[in-house]
Amino acid sequence: MLEFYVVMVFMILGALVAVELRGLLSSVITVGAVGLGLCVMFLLLRAPDLAITQLVVEILMLIVLIRATVGRGVSRIHCYSSFWIILSFALFSVVFLAASYMAIKELPNFGQALMSVSDFYIKNALTKTGAANIVASVILDFRAYDTLGEATVLFVSVMGVLALLRKKGRKAIDERDEPDC
Amino acid sequence: MKGMSLIVKRVTRYTVGLILLFGIYIVAHGHLTPGGGFAGGIIIALSFIHMVLAFGKDEAKKNMPNKLISIGESAGALLFLAIGLVGIAGGFFFLNFFVNKGEPFHLLSAGTIPLCNIAIGLKVGTGLFAIFMALSLFRLAGKED
Repeated sequence: MLEFYVVMVFMILGALVAVELRGLLSSVITVGAVGLGLCVMFLLLRAPDLAITQLVVEILMLIVLIRATVGRGVSRIHCYSSFWIILSFALFSVVFLAASYMAIKELPNFGQALMSVSDFYIKNALTKTGAANIVASVILDFRAYDTLGEATVLFVSVMGVLALLRKKGRKAIDERDEPDC
Repeated sequence: MKGMSLIVKRVTRYTVGLILLFGIYIVAHGHLTPGGGFAGGIIIALSFIHMVLAFGKDEAKKNMPNKLISIGESAGALLFLAIGLVGIAGGFFFLNFFVNKGEPFHLLSAGTIPLCNIAIGLKVGTGLFAIFMALSLFRLAGKED
């Protein structure tokens, strides 16, 4: 259990540093370090599928963030703090910690699932689907309907990005309409 | 985006094919080893992003034009949906309709799962490359950079 705590403390420290840093480029790279810690955590929990996916998504998001934001000269961060902001943040964190303590108390123990359906998958996945990788047989055969939903989400988000950022139909700055209000 | 120096271009020319090949391997062996369509598709997209970063957008547009991106994205989504719909003929949605599922631990096994992996890999690879191109080529109207 010790290595879990080491990786978790590393991730929390990385997240705090990413919030507190002033430069946008260093913040983005620190968020990448947090993602790398999550990848190591998945490896320690013996989930190599998730670890591979986490690593490649992290690399892609780092490249997209650096290309799309940092190279554009939008790296100024304005921050200001007042008494009311600090007070509301403290109140929110007290309520959040109390609620999550009450919720986590009811969870089953670490590594002991309550539902028996996972036992069924482990015992029957190879004979029913013929796939050696149980994760692939769960997400593409037993639970393929969920995967169809995820694929639809990705498809719609790609369409949304391409529709919002398209070149056709955008107006130049000098011929933009005046706002009504 | 004009591309990078000569050293980066030369190294990219040697590595980009290997990265693409590794992505195809991850997609094709999704039912045998860890990985699968999503991770393999992102690695395929990363190989094209590698080329955009090293050579600039004009060189990459020659290899991966916009029409090919939209065809790949739509074909992946439709192929995945079609595999699910064919199963209805045999009883229910996403039925694994191959009677002979093949020998386990071989490349040609597990019925429809490799086909689903290929469809998802095609969709994710082209879709995320399209998002990267749109976000990195986007510039504010009237502003030159």
